[in-house]
Amino acid sequence: MTRPSKTHATKTGSLTFDTIELGAGLKAALAETNGGVLKTIKESGLRGRGGAGFPTSLKWDLAAQAEGQRRYVVCNADEGEPGTFKDRVILADHADLVFEGMTIAASVIGARHGIVYLRAEYTYLRPHLEAVLARRRQENLLGEKIAGKKGFSFDITIHMGAGSYVCGEETALIESLEGQRGEPRNRPPFPIDTGYLDNPTIVNNVETFAWVVCIMTKGAKWFKSFGTEKSTGYKLFSVSGDCGRPGVYEFPLGISVEELLVEVGGEGAKAVQVGGASGQCVPQSQFDRTIAYEDIPSGGSIIVFGPQRDMLDVVANFLEFFVDESCGQCTPCREGVPELLEGVRMLKRGECSMSYLDELCSLADTLQVASKCGLGQTAPNALLSVVEHFQDEILGR
Amino acid sequence: MLLTERERLHAELKELVDIHGRQRSSLLLILQEVERRHFFISAYCMQVIADLLDIHPVEVYSVVSFYSFLDEKPQGQFVIRLCRTITCEMAGKQHVARQLENDLGIKFGETTPDGKFSLQWANCLGMCDQGPAMLVNERIFTQVTPEKVHGILEECRQKFGVHATALSKERSI
Repeated sequence: MTRPSKTHATKTGSLTFDTIELGAGLKAALAETNGGVLKTIKESGLRGRGGAGFPTSLKWDLAAQAEGQRRYVVCNADEGEPGTFKDRVILADHADLVFEGMTIAASVIGARHGIVYLRAEYTYLRPHLEAVLARRRQENLLGEKIAGKKGFSFDITIHMGAGSYVCGEETALIESLEGQRGEPRNRPPFPIDTGYLDNPTIVNNVETFAWVVCIMTKGAKWFKSFGTEKSTGYKLFSVSGDCGRPGVYEFPLGISVEELLVEVGGEGAKAVQVGGASGQCVPQSQFDRTIAYEDIPSGGSIIVFGPQRDMLDVVANFLEFFVDESCGQCTPCREGVPELLEGVRMLKRGECSMSYLDELCSLADTLQVASKCGLGQTAPNALLSVVEHFQDEILGR
Repeated sequence: MLLTERERLHAELKELVDIHGRQRSSLLLILQEVERRHFFISAYCMQVIADLLDIHPVEVYSVVSFYSFLDEKPQGQFVIRLCRTITCEMAGKQHVARQLENDLGIKFGETTPDGKFSLQWANCLGMCDQGPAMLVNERIFTQVTPEKVHGILEECRQKFGVHATALSKERSI
């Protein structure tokens, strides 16, 4: 029987996170002015590691300037994108870095309270995380007068999710924290001024907080020296599927799909899904494309499909996922995604005419435009890319 | 439900609400605790929680029905959630699913008549590099094969033993 180790991680090679001395980043940040910390993060070019890629320093700056009595730092540990598991590894092996990054964020925006929104599927990580928090309180890295800095109080609580993919969207996450259904809000207003309980709130991915500590420890220049001009630094990738060495990898952004496949033992793949179910399916002919915010943005999910895979099975699986996880709030997503799934099933049975396929694609376009949040907007991606790149496979079955 | 049982449950829920507070943001925390203790959230519980928080019971129901880890129907003491997402499917989750159904004699979405096991599908459990993956309550199992299923179920069964009570509050295995 497979018993989980503490980390249950497959890690390949060493991660920068393994080499970071704990406490140095926080010390450097507390010795700086808030503006100085923001400047360093801005210079590093760090963008959100959850996938959306919003500049971290800008988010923090806006929250710091927003009017409000109380401010909150929220760590988005609702890692639900199919094919993503790097946050689990970070939380298991480098929880201190995440909490330290949250503490730095708190000092910059003036928050006293932090919340880790941990997905219900990762409940087994909670005892470990609580133990790390307790130790940090003892070491005066959380609580009153942190690290001896007068007037700086901050503590972190863990809030469990209850099984919902859409809660990974930041406004849905906040709704869930408030005890509501996890339905995304209209934006604006944005969480930076109208977040948790209508207070200024920053919501960042687990990995983003950990990188902030690395940047404060090693400097913006170091971080910037990796990656591309618009996508600086390293990023963790969760690699799975038909490859020899699945696991968590650290690569600089800007790596091509081809280079990545060589590293993970996935040569000979016919397609790679970058960014999970909501991402893009990259066919072999485009393996020279790069994973970066300016080309294929990604939260780090890489699923490799070997030559034997039926791409319609893949699309059907993704659409079943979206049908199940749609919150049902807006009509295009609630009604449209099941139609797409039915269409894919018709294609699989070989009962789909070309004109009906055209109608499906037009419905997919409507979903991309008319859905309220990222779930409905990205649900048709997989179908559209398969129609575009694998037409020979889906017709005439 | 017997009147005394209702009173007992009411007192229990009131205590929970007192711990977490009467504000709306406590709702999910209260519901999660009820689910953990009773393996589901009954209509009666929803009504009492609504009264205590001074909100409409429909609001409580809407939250319970939204989240996949909150159940309106009684679940077994061991809830088995098998990941059905793409990489676990590619790794052969359907064979594990069939074995689970065969060994337990129930389909997905059902609970065994003795109230010990429930079978559910889960979306991505975050174990994509080690599929097929499944959760048994809070515990994760990876690289599950049909041959391993029997052993996992047996370990759960032994946990009950002869002295186990049907309403054991011990949820973790």
